[in-house]
Amino acid sequence: MEHYNMNLTLKVWRQRNNQATGSLETYLVKDISSEMSFLEMFDVLNEQLIVAGDDPIAFDHDCREGICGQCSMHINGRAHGPWTKNTTCQLHMRAFQDGDTIVVEPWRSKAFPVIKDLVVDRSAFDRVIQAGGYISVNTGNAVDANSLPIDKKDADDAFMAAACIGCGACVAACVNSSAMLFVSAKVSQLALLPQGEPERESRVLNMVAQMDKESFGNCSNTYACEAECPKGISVANIARMNREYLKAGLSTES
Amino acid sequence: MGLTGLFLITFLIVHCGLNAMIFFNDSGETFNHWGHLMGTNLIIRTMEIGLFLFLILHIVQGLILWKQNSAARPSKYIVNKPQENSKWYSRSMGLLGTLILVFLVLHLYHFWTPSRFGGMGNIRPLEEATLGSYDNQEVHNLYKEMLFVFQNNLLVVIIYILGVISLFWHLMHGFQSAFQTFGLNHKKYTPLIKAVGVGYSVIICLLFALMPVAIYLNWLS
Repeated sequence: MEHYNMNLTLKVWRQRNNQATGSLETYLVKDISSEMSFLEMFDVLNEQLIVAGDDPIAFDHDCREGICGQCSMHINGRAHGPWTKNTTCQLHMRAFQDGDTIVVEPWRSKAFPVIKDLVVDRSAFDRVIQAGGYISVNTGNAVDANSLPIDKKDADDAFMAAACIGCGACVAACVNSSAMLFVSAKVSQLALLPQGEPERESRVLNMVAQMDKESFGNCSNTYACEAECPKGISVANIARMNREYLKAGLSTES
Repeated sequence: MGLTGLFLITFLIVHCGLNAMIFFNDSGETFNHWGHLMGTNLIIRTMEIGLFLFLILHIVQGLILWKQNSAARPSKYIVNKPQENSKWYSRSMGLLGTLILVFLVLHLYHFWTPSRFGGMGNIRPLEEATLGSYDNQEVHNLYKEMLFVFQNNLLVVIIYILGVISLFWHLMHGFQSAFQTFGLNHKKYTPLIKAVGVGYSVIICLLFALMPVAIYLNWLS
């Protein structure tokens, strides 16, 4: 792919803190390489701001290799930008042309309050996990893997659900700010495996209850979450969680 | 939402099937016969109450969802391209449902009120509007009512077509969505459910739209 440089106009959401009202600020960046990642372009911009004595733009990032789920940016109206099955850090500047205007906003959801600029508080996801996204096992030596046979299909489905990096793009993209894709992936990865069996019913009930408490919206099956998920988590997981929830709700005593 | 929706979907099959009897082109004989059977059958009349209850429940559930979902995103995106990740009608179920409800009020006023309460809708005099004869038995002449409502009344025909178009898009999302809500998402069956949903929406809505059009254009004798 041919390399080229570009000049861009960036409109970035700036918000001093959670209480402040934010607004879009316009910045110009010059000679951005088409081979840079989107976050590297932001690094260039932040260096410009620091040199000029301005407050650099706060944004979340960690691994920069598409697996940590930190880089939550809503770019030109899409969670993680224009490419599908992709995180912001893996979005490269060749997705843009010289002279483009790029609008960057934080995830917008009541459950994800803005901390500063593009950084949002996603601890609502952590509390959902704490409500049941775990298994209780006795410690000691690891048992031999072959002593616990698991159907290949189940293992694959569980693995695909476990690919969820908890980035929150599903919530950001959903017209209702629903967290169903995230929660269902976390329910599914354990419900499909024998290790998850003992807490199967309480897990789905508690995690869904916590999800509702965190003021996420309701799922209306628009499937925007699946389309925007950087890991391609399937909405079949949502259906599985609905089944689990229905079964658990009918069979438990409380 | 899914449960009440599926009930309403089932109702539409019966409603559309019976109404399509006007296409027998026998001056509404068959249609009125079935209309009479439905109107006098105790089970159907009981189900009619259930239908209204489910319809109201469907609306109430929709309103609750609308309220909770709009509260879940208090500050909106300045630039948003939802058309890149989902179908417009799947995101517009509340709007489509409201349009259907507006249409439904007019529709019930046209047909349900006069047939249940004998011309209480004051559409036209009782003896002309709601009474006909079939097998020497007095029945509601709903066919005549249809002719009266749609003949020479372009505005009503257009409103009905718009109502059916809203229903079409509502069903295009709602049919398959109900199955997903119940947890039925399967590699083999989901494509089938989606195809049946599209077929159902097209057939039901085409038939419904054809009724006022056929009467307005005098296709029926």
